[in-house]
Amino acid sequence: MARVEVRFAGFGGQGIGLMGRLVGEAVALYEKGKNSVMTQSYGPESRGGASSADVVIDTEEIDFPKATELDYFVVLSEEAYNKYIPKLKKGGILFVEENLVHLDDNANKAKQIFKIPATKIAETLGSKIFANIAMLGYVCANAKDIVSEEALVTVMKQKIKARYIEKNLIAFKKGKEYKQEG
Amino acid sequence: MSKEEAELLEVMTGKHFVTGNIAVAEGSLAAGCKFFGGYPITPSSEIAEHMARRLPQINGHFVQFEDEIASIASILGASWGGSKSMTATSGPGYSLMVENIGLGMMTETPCVIVNVQRGGPSTGLPTLVGQQDVMQTKWGSHGDYEPIVISPSTVQESFDLVISAFNFSEQYRLPVTFLMDETIGHMSEKLVIPAKEKIKIVNRKKPTVPPEEYLPYKAGKDLVPLMAIAGDGYRVMMTGLTHDERGYPEISAEAQEKNVRRINDKIRKNKKKIIKTEEYKLDDADIALISFGTSARAAKGSVNRARKKGIKVGLLRLITVWPFPDERIDLLADQVKKIIVPEINYGQITREIERSSHGKTEVKGIFKLGGAIHTPEEILKEIEKGK
Repeated sequence: MARVEVRFAGFGGQGIGLMGRLVGEAVALYEKGKNSVMTQSYGPESRGGASSADVVIDTEEIDFPKATELDYFVVLSEEAYNKYIPKLKKGGILFVEENLVHLDDNANKAKQIFKIPATKIAETLGSKIFANIAMLGYVCANAKDIVSEEALVTVMKQKIKARYIEKNLIAFKKGKEYKQEG
Repeated sequence: MSKEEAELLEVMTGKHFVTGNIAVAEGSLAAGCKFFGGYPITPSSEIAEHMARRLPQINGHFVQFEDEIASIASILGASWGGSKSMTATSGPGYSLMVENIGLGMMTETPCVIVNVQRGGPSTGLPTLVGQQDVMQTKWGSHGDYEPIVISPSTVQESFDLVISAFNFSEQYRLPVTFLMDETIGHMSEKLVIPAKEKIKIVNRKKPTVPPEEYLPYKAGKDLVPLMAIAGDGYRVMMTGLTHDERGYPEISAEAQEKNVRRINDKIRKNKKKIIKTEEYKLDDADIALISFGTSARAAKGSVNRARKKGIKVGLLRLITVWPFPDERIDLLADQVKKIIVPEINYGQITREIERSSHGKTEVKGIFKLGGAIHTPEEILKEIEKGK
């Protein structure tokens, strides 16, 4: 497997950092023969405004730890879309929260665009805080070279507080089973 | 907490996915650190936070002081009281600590100072990466001393090498600087912590002679004096003044010659045992990269990319930044036609390489002044110019 670069982005409070940590840890600790590095935007610019978390995955040793040309861009806010879409590589894959991101011509370079109303799905479970995990379920089902469901669920069960885990697992399942229209 | 329960929590054996800052904290605990005195500063604060949580679990002590001057003073004191001790800071805090690092050198006090570098000078770039403190760790305090400075490139190394830092500090009796940077400090990777019995720990040698025969600064063949702990019943003498073997101040050229030559020679004469480098694809190289810390990862990336294009380039990574591997670089200068040095400063290591390659090959630094790390592509451009 060649190097894969994934960026999760949105606004502060959407749990973007958690998405990166869950995927990074699932790959590093539970996918045999794979390495991962997770880096986050850090500093005052990451408090509110566009927030991002990058995961680099490789079967080889990861030399350069940061993402430079994104294979996958998973985005949950308009501001983050505008800021980072230039980093998506031509032929890369885009995942968007369809009600929060308005796509422009920049999205044309994507080989595939997956859209999901992740926040609405989360609200059916009582809170939009589950939107990040619904999105992760969707990513897990459609992007085969990021992380397996088994690894991700194992880490979610360890890292997410007991009183939230049940609803997060439902959000994950709903995201996983979501089929976009058209 | 009972002694047995506390011991169980010292080494968190297993697989983890953590940042370099957490790894260095866990490595310090595994090395036997029982005291942290510090003043939080970005980008090192998570080390202090983690130690504040963890040290009480293992019957250790964490104290947040009013500033970095008090912090460094406290870890020297804790060490004389018998605890392995540490602090963690960044450039601005390290600047405040250098005077007492000199005291630690003169009193031969084992301790570890972690510096998670950010961009400087002054308060500079609190949240962004830098590698600008390299020379400060060598020359920061006045007078002659030979520091040991270790620089990790991965999260795993942040754990493994901080144990070496503690071991060197105990073996050679000096403050050791662990030189990280913001990128390593904040990125997450897999960390494997081995079983406690697999971790090699070195402890300072203590006197066994009757107390009246003990001379606190008399050294044997290894040039390192035995260290009595305050309260063990031996005379414990500490002074920043030049001193004799009893530890009494003696203001003379003869005493200075003996005292200061020995504290330098204990490192100089053991340089071969201390210096650690990683060599990557250097055997047939006619261009060499020399780098350390985060920059060395970008450098390795550029070697991999250049090799795919058939360019014979390799990497010498400095794991110990000080003492400097002069002899290896002298040899490398005979082998290659160009040495390229990516570093996140305006030419600190580059100058050392110019010095140690004796004009035998071209030395070209690629500098970033802080705030971002090099990309492999940037370094590759320089490699392609030189092929």
